[in-house]
Amino acid sequence: MSTLRTPSADRLGRLLNLVPYLLARPGIRVAEAAADLAVTERQLREDLELLWVCGLPGYGPGDLIDMAFDGDTVTISHDAGIDKPLRLNPDEALALVVALRMLAETPGIGSRDAIERALAKIESAAGDLAGAPVAVKLPANQERLTAVRAAVDSGNALRLTYYTAARDETTERVVDPMRMLTVGTFAYLEAWCRRAEATRMFRIDRIDAFTVLDEPSRPPVGAVPHDMSDGVFRPGPELPLVTLRVSRGGRWITEYYPVEDVVEEPGEWLVTMRVTDLGWAQRFLVGLGRDVTVTGPPELVEQIRAAAHAALGQYAAPHALEADPATGR
Amino acid sequence: MNLVICLLSTRRFLTAAQIAATVPGYEHDPSDPRDHEAFQRKFERDKAELRELGVPLETGTASIFDQEPGYRIAQREYALPDILLEPDEAAAVGIAARLWQHAGLAAAASSGLAKLRAAGVEVDPQATLGVEPVVTVDPSFGPLTTAARDRRAVSFKYRVPEVDEPSARRLEPWGVVCWRGRWYVVGHDKDRNAARCFRLSRIVGDVRAVGRPEAFTPPADLDLIKHVARSSGPIARNGRATVTVRQGRAAGLRRLASAVVTAPEGDILTISYGDPEWLAARIAGYGPDARADSPPELRDAVIQQLKELASRHDRSVAEVTR
Repeated sequence: MSTLRTPSADRLGRLLNLVPYLLARPGIRVAEAAADLAVTERQLREDLELLWVCGLPGYGPGDLIDMAFDGDTVTISHDAGIDKPLRLNPDEALALVVALRMLAETPGIGSRDAIERALAKIESAAGDLAGAPVAVKLPANQERLTAVRAAVDSGNALRLTYYTAARDETTERVVDPMRMLTVGTFAYLEAWCRRAEATRMFRIDRIDAFTVLDEPSRPPVGAVPHDMSDGVFRPGPELPLVTLRVSRGGRWITEYYPVEDVVEEPGEWLVTMRVTDLGWAQRFLVGLGRDVTVTGPPELVEQIRAAAHAALGQYAAPHALEADPATGR
Repeated sequence: MNLVICLLSTRRFLTAAQIAATVPGYEHDPSDPRDHEAFQRKFERDKAELRELGVPLETGTASIFDQEPGYRIAQREYALPDILLEPDEAAAVGIAARLWQHAGLAAAASSGLAKLRAAGVEVDPQATLGVEPVVTVDPSFGPLTTAARDRRAVSFKYRVPEVDEPSARRLEPWGVVCWRGRWYVVGHDKDRNAARCFRLSRIVGDVRAVGRPEAFTPPADLDLIKHVARSSGPIARNGRATVTVRQGRAAGLRRLASAVVTAPEGDILTISYGDPEWLAARIAGYGPDARADSPPELRDAVIQQLKELASRHDRSVAEVTR
């Protein structure tokens, strides 16, 4: 799977596939075939040139692969016995079968029935290879995802009550849905947020309520979906760096959250991560419990220390929460 | 290409010499040792290429009098069985083929899809299903699935974060599981002599296949998911906490509340919980914006965590200013 084929094997594989492909589509346009087969038009024309000289032993007229090619469209008239594609190899069978199992398991997905029918047919075509030793079980927060999905399917804009962990606030906003996706453990709605005037990813489990508005979803033309290949949260260099001392029992956080650096000292690890907001970092890091001690930046350390002392103070005088110096409340 | 067509068209096994005499590109003088050797090298290379593509090359002799091995390709082994997909099924396959973010699997999925197209399946590249899973895999996915399919033992180094050194593990892999977005391999651990599962992201370095294929048989009643999922049932939330939060603050705690009562000193939340330490850490994260009032086990846990937090960070401040 990781080994790439040699270029000549690659080309042979393409040619063996090209003949039955064209055979099934008499008169197809070269441009359309190239797009379908994910090759350039030039590559396809070169492949067609090569097919002319391939055929059955004898290699005379009637033996060679024959086709009508008028420059734009092509029709195979003699296939020299290559009328069917080569069967799926183990990697192809695995990649398709596992991906279909993923789709079938994805909560909130439409046409689950079609996916399961397709899976059964692909497995049957893959024969012995169908028993891919891979099982899939995705998160099961079905109900909310299904509800949001039905709302998205209405094609209308939505009003969301959404919890933003970075600022620890729950706000109302109107969004124009673009797509829904699941990444690892979480499901997301990607939408144009009219409040932020930008494309945003909304975690489904943080949408506390929603209503379907009486107007169509109209994301602006320039609203581009995020590239998910590196995960949802890709911290940029402009975000503040936080350093932590993590004891043995807290090392798991390096597996769950994107970290910039880990220095493994005996006993404690020194972890560096980027955070969107220091206030969030305080809630999040303290929320991880006794295995985490923040060592920088100094203002965050001081903030945590002061908050801990202030919080302890309210247990000494249990009758009132201390006045908040910021608001005077 | 001509070699494939030739071998597909024959029922008889053809020897290398017969192939050389027929297929263009193999012309040579068999009596010239160097020329003959060059042909043999080329022929070996081409056979390897066919096997690499998965072309089922059969070897045998045309009759019992023949000494030379011959070759042919059985049509029924070669061809993809007929497959008829309804438009909605074809759309599902097209979407499935786009899921992989991993380059190797993405290439395998798209070449598989190209074969289905060649079999006459029409795939709408624009189709969507409403929700798209974004699928990533760890580098050990390929070697582990291959080993599980071949029933071949593997060895790898495995590192649990709580343990300092990676340990060498030997496993008969039964299968690979994606459980809530994370990948695991399940199998028989040859050192522990018991069923174990390992998280793929914790495998350090390469996975090596060890020994011969078909070396073991997975249990007949194997349920891969069960092996991974058995420890993580739903959390029972039997505790009921009362937490006072400042007005307009601690939105994250408010979301956990089943009831909110407004009082002069703040909003009083009722929160169901399972693990008091877990909830205590969250409350501590809100500093003076939140106070645990009851039950005592929660209140004490918060106070204890805050004390530790203060002393750890008093020291941390000292380190920073030093």
